[in-house]
Amino acid sequence: MTEFIYLTIILPLAGFLINGIFGRKIKNACPDSIGEKVIGWIGSGVIGISFLIALFSFFETLSLPADNRQTIVNLFNWIVVGGLNVSFSYQVDQLSLVMAMIVTGVGFIIHVYSIGYMHGDKGFWRFFSYMNLFIFAMMNLVLGDNFLVLFLGWEGVGLCSYLLIGFWYDRKFEKGTTADAAKKAFIVNRIGDFGFLLGMFLIYLTFGSLNFNEVFSRAESFNIDESVFNLIALFLFIGATGKSAQIPLFVWLPDAMAGPTPVSALIHAATMVTAGVYMVARCSILFASAPAIMTVVAVIGLLTALFAATIGLVQNDIKKVLAYSTISQLGYMFLACGVGAFSAGIFHLMTHAFFKALLFLGAGSVIHAMHEEQDIQNYGGLKKYLPHTALTFLVAAFAISGIPPLSGFFSKDEILWYSFANGSFVFWLIGVLTALLTAFYMFRLYFLTFEGKYRFSSEKHPHESPKIMTVPLMVLAGLSIIGGFIGIPEIFSGEHGNQFHNWLAPIFKSAERKLITYGSHSHFEEILLMVVSVIGAAGSIYFARYIYTQKSSIAVQISKRFSKGYNLLWNKYFVDEVYDATVVNPILNTSDSFLWKIADNKIIDGVVNSTASIIDVVSQKIRKVQTGVAQFYAVVMMLGIVLALFWIIFGR
Amino acid sequence: MINLSEIFQILPLLIIGAGILLSLVLEMYSKQSEKVLPWISVFLFIIAGIYSLFSINETRMIVFHNMLSVGGNTHVFYFIFNIGAALVCLLSIDYIKKYGTYYGEYYILVQSSVLGMMLMAGAKDLLVIFMGLEIMSVSFYVLAGLNRKRLSANEASLKYFLLGAFATGFVVYGIALIYGSAQTTSLEVITAKFSALSTNLLFIVGVLLFLVGFSFKIAAFPFHMWVPDVYQGSPTTIAGLFSTGGKAAAFSSIIITLIAIFSNSAQNVFAPYLAVIATLSMLFGSIVAIAQDNIKRMLAYSSISHAGYLTIGLAAGNQDGVAGIIFYLAAYTFMNLGAFGIVAMIEGEAESNLTISSYAGLSSRKPLLAAMLALFMFSLAGIPPFAGFFGKYYVFIAAIKSDLTWLAIVGVFSSAISVYFYLRIVVLMYFKELSSELTLFESKTGLIAVIISSILVILLGIFPGSILQLITNFM
Repeated sequence: MTEFIYLTIILPLAGFLINGIFGRKIKNACPDSIGEKVIGWIGSGVIGISFLIALFSFFETLSLPADNRQTIVNLFNWIVVGGLNVSFSYQVDQLSLVMAMIVTGVGFIIHVYSIGYMHGDKGFWRFFSYMNLFIFAMMNLVLGDNFLVLFLGWEGVGLCSYLLIGFWYDRKFEKGTTADAAKKAFIVNRIGDFGFLLGMFLIYLTFGSLNFNEVFSRAESFNIDESVFNLIALFLFIGATGKSAQIPLFVWLPDAMAGPTPVSALIHAATMVTAGVYMVARCSILFASAPAIMTVVAVIGLLTALFAATIGLVQNDIKKVLAYSTISQLGYMFLACGVGAFSAGIFHLMTHAFFKALLFLGAGSVIHAMHEEQDIQNYGGLKKYLPHTALTFLVAAFAISGIPPLSGFFSKDEILWYSFANGSFVFWLIGVLTALLTAFYMFRLYFLTFEGKYRFSSEKHPHESPKIMTVPLMVLAGLSIIGGFIGIPEIFSGEHGNQFHNWLAPIFKSAERKLITYGSHSHFEEILLMVVSVIGAAGSIYFARYIYTQKSSIAVQISKRFSKGYNLLWNKYFVDEVYDATVVNPILNTSDSFLWKIADNKIIDGVVNSTASIIDVVSQKIRKVQTGVAQFYAVVMMLGIVLALFWIIFGR
Repeated sequence: MINLSEIFQILPLLIIGAGILLSLVLEMYSKQSEKVLPWISVFLFIIAGIYSLFSINETRMIVFHNMLSVGGNTHVFYFIFNIGAALVCLLSIDYIKKYGTYYGEYYILVQSSVLGMMLMAGAKDLLVIFMGLEIMSVSFYVLAGLNRKRLSANEASLKYFLLGAFATGFVVYGIALIYGSAQTTSLEVITAKFSALSTNLLFIVGVLLFLVGFSFKIAAFPFHMWVPDVYQGSPTTIAGLFSTGGKAAAFSSIIITLIAIFSNSAQNVFAPYLAVIATLSMLFGSIVAIAQDNIKRMLAYSSISHAGYLTIGLAAGNQDGVAGIIFYLAAYTFMNLGAFGIVAMIEGEAESNLTISSYAGLSSRKPLLAAMLALFMFSLAGIPPFAGFFGKYYVFIAAIKSDLTWLAIVGVFSSAISVYFYLRIVVLMYFKELSSELTLFESKTGLIAVIISSILVILLGIFPGSILQLITNFM
């Protein structure tokens, strides 16, 4: 099946085209909701088949010897110019297969869920065509065998993100409209993309190729100054901070929640935002050659994790809390990459895709039941009405809090262990602190939503979502429970070691060889740290339960007592305001008063218009040559011939 | 002795040749010929075009005692001619009704002109080139003045004939001088001896005269004077054929005659001549096109400037240049035929609706047509990712490789000027109010032809690398 991997890309494209071109017609042609079913199942079906293809390719690749698991599927040559040779080729290897399975697998589940969630929406067909287009772009991103195809997907997912955040373009969102949120996401991403482009140019300049295999092998064999590697890695990482919402470019992700909830689940939690982590992991050898930037990656990841988790503590919008939680978890993944534990980062990426998608879909189910109400202060006691949603949400909350033996435990603990073993005790400490905060705000969310007394008006009659929405929740809950078992750490699994790590090892082999090996640590330390973090998380959960189900006055008291701190968190450290004052407004003012009114209107337009009028005058004059007299034409030809002959006879 | 197997090697030529005979008989004896002939022509062109495409990888050989070549880029040209002509026929079906009287010769002459083009592209002997040139040109002269009741058509036909005959005289003179100095008309022999012959002034003058004659056919400055008048007076669809098939055939002849230069076995002594006419054609065409208010005249000047861009590839005189020219010709054929096709569809009776102001507000009346015309205009202006961009790009790159960077810069400069008049059409269509009460004619077959053209323009723009590689492999 591996040679048919391009089908996983073409099928979503076909789905996009079918629903995009004929979607409206299908909906009008079929009675009632049958049209929606057809559209929905076309959209989901193509992703489902893509997933099966990816799965078969995985098993096929698994049967190959470990060092020979890379297959390149060449579709066609795209740009062949001088030394630059870019083709539409797809690289099937351990890393891209993991990503492809996550994207299509989780994508399929979310597509199916959307059939129920988007029911009755007037843009139903548009939604599914955009979602298919997103999967198409994302698959290009993860499967491309060179930087340009990756960049194509990178921009493509950005476009789809823009389209889907602004999907309900006529709705209000906070201070503006959803279109403002969409624009914000797009523009902030462009800043990151600029960094990524610079990185790409520098890579081509340094290695003379954009092909992954060529670049990475040359990175090892060429004798290149470390400062060049530093620059390349820094530029690439700037790109990653944009797409993966890290400090300082994280501000777009909370606003991205303006889109429909399945979009938040798929694009802004499970897949697109992890593109940065994937890219860093893919370029592991480039990063490993730039140790200084590795430290930057780790520190930025760690700070983002802590920073976002603290904001998450006080937010009241159910999706906002999850958005900050996503930023925080992405920070963990970068922390892992930064300390050289790339496979741990990818492992957390995978488990996070499961439980975060589940959390978002669960939140969607709640929002659905509460008629678009998103404030958790107006929830409460919903467990009785939404039993399946509540149970699956609880599973996900345990998973993200790192309670064994759920998936989050294995992945998060691996990252914490490596941040201690390869990094420092401070890294570990902040990491654990973030984990405790995570457990606290997740259970704050859970208890305020599902437990306790009702706080919504009696006009609302919440009801459990239909099967088409709850079954996907259960599947994801199952994955959140068992997903971690493929990466059981060595201390528990013994001689086989960490299976997930072994699977990805060939990809990161050269990067790991490059990194300095740190002193070995004893198993005792590893278990000790693990126990500390688990006890801490459990304590946090208990604490949250105590506050939000028994003594709700404590929360109020704390917020009053530390009102300054609370305000700071509530206003998200005023980052948006600071950006507005220091970056956005100055740019707007200069562009309005100088760039537009003087530079563009006067200087540029002036030059262009006067050139145009000169050419116009010349043109009007020359056209008179065309007299219409055939004899004159012949004379002109003759003159031309005479001149040419003169030149050839006397000019040689 | 004619070997029977050799006959099958030239199947595309046979198909069209037999088609002409069949069409003649039908025209004479069938009352239904008006309905049947166009479809027979379309069918034959498509069969011949598709066959050429699929037999592209056949062993390349020279048949009929060193007269014709088979396979490789010859077949790429066959494909361009036949598919282009098929599109012209599709466009003509409804256009002819609008244009006035129906004449059965129309389709037969289109077929014979294509036969001439194919002989020119496949020739391995100067006399075969000349034979093809004459078959094509004579058909063109008649086609230009097909509507004998219309004064402008008569003018076009007569001017074309007079000046064309004048130019052909130089081709023959050139061939005579080449024969006199090389003692052969076989291109194989001439190519082998080209380097040695280059010192012979008689030979050089012969080739130069040959080039001058063909400069007329490709509509390069200063041999372009006929172009605006002829395009304006001829039926629009036929003007499309002149500017695409005719131009491509002339370029194919130049390429096979000068192949010694392009394969680097001889020095490019003609580079200055070619560079000068390229520069003048590009700039003259682009600048004068701005002043035109008749869209057919505008496209005529655009055709002159495109001849200039294509000549850059000749001036570069290397393999990249030739590959670039062939790619450019394919791109140009489809985008220009698309543009002419839409002009033919918008054109009303008695040469109405031909000013560019007729296109104001077209997007609200005919959104699909307007969108496709915009696409062709973008492509003609050389805006990525359409085919026209890559055509220009490849010839510019070839020029830079031959140290003719200045020529590439002039090319880019001229493209920038040309954007003005191409985009003016787009601006009119999308940003201006509906001007007059245009009477628009429906044409299903025309629409199909234009859609096929736009698909080909997009495909050539998406897969330029693969196609260029295919062309390069044959060199």
